[in-house]
Amino acid sequence: MIQVLSQPWPWYVAGPLIGLTVPTLLLLGNKAFGISSSLRHICAACVPANIDFFRYDWRKESWNLWFVGGIAIGGLIGNQLLTNPAALTIAPATQEALQQLGVHDFSSGLLPLDLFGWASMTVGKALVFLVLGGFLVGFGTRYAGGCTSGHAIMGLSNLQWPSLIATVCFMIGGFAMTHLGLPFLMRLAGL
Amino acid sequence: MVSEQTTQKPPIQQRSKPNWVFGLVGVVFGIVFVKAEIISWFRIQEMFRLDAFHMYGVIGSAVLIGLLSVQLIRRFNIRTLQGDPISIAPKQFTQGQIWGGLLFGFGWAITGACPGPLFAQIGAGYTAVGITLLSALAGTWVYGAIRKHLPH
Repeated sequence: MIQVLSQPWPWYVAGPLIGLTVPTLLLLGNKAFGISSSLRHICAACVPANIDFFRYDWRKESWNLWFVGGIAIGGLIGNQLLTNPAALTIAPATQEALQQLGVHDFSSGLLPLDLFGWASMTVGKALVFLVLGGFLVGFGTRYAGGCTSGHAIMGLSNLQWPSLIATVCFMIGGFAMTHLGLPFLMRLAGL
Repeated sequence: MVSEQTTQKPPIQQRSKPNWVFGLVGVVFGIVFVKAEIISWFRIQEMFRLDAFHMYGVIGSAVLIGLLSVQLIRRFNIRTLQGDPISIAPKQFTQGQIWGGLLFGFGWAITGACPGPLFAQIGAGYTAVGITLLSALAGTWVYGAIRKHLPH
């Protein structure tokens, strides 16, 4: 059983399980699936700074913080207890393109440690991949009113056209950054 | 200009299962994130380079199942486990979905993570991503601070 679970799960197992989160949260207490809101609740709890946007009773939304806390524990279990015995397979074309951009670590796991590991972290890499990237994720999702879960999955499941616009823009942004921005940013980061 | 977006108003509190139950759902969700390699920077790169179907299959089938579930809940007037009616707040269109959507897309391609996978990456042992999370919190905070000046 553990052996089967330790293999990478195919999309047709993972996708439906993620989709089932939508009715699960609704049935458990009328909660709309969404993750980026947790960032707002943490701001409201820790540094509201008298900003209107953070002045609400975040405790009423604390289920969402338990949910993301659970995701972190799930990440631990998934990577440590159900460790994939084999190396990650990467599409050859992607690997080749990334190699040309200066990425070298394709074998240590889910993330390249030359970009996201402490050992080879430099100020340049941290500023681009952690600080800039993270800021855009936090700012962009809140400005858009949701992320991949709230818009792409929950919103599209509920046939909301603003969510379709948001999802299309997520993808356009991702394609533009991957093909136009990353080559520049990776040089800037010193790769 | 819309001064308050309905999509951003926290919903009214209702009867629900205790918080730890949602924590458990999160644990299962986090395991799926790791085992389907959705938290992998490489999988996101493959998606944006059109070199693999995996992420399209994950998101597509998740939407399909979510859509079917919501339609069934509507059709049969299914209630919560507490017996309350299920209502989902509609999303209201603002320009934020365009500009914010593009900015998030940029960040998604750089970090290889949406907000959910950020938490799973940290749990999986990529502790440097903690800085990414702090920066994402800073981004959310700055949005809250300057939102009155942004087009909505």
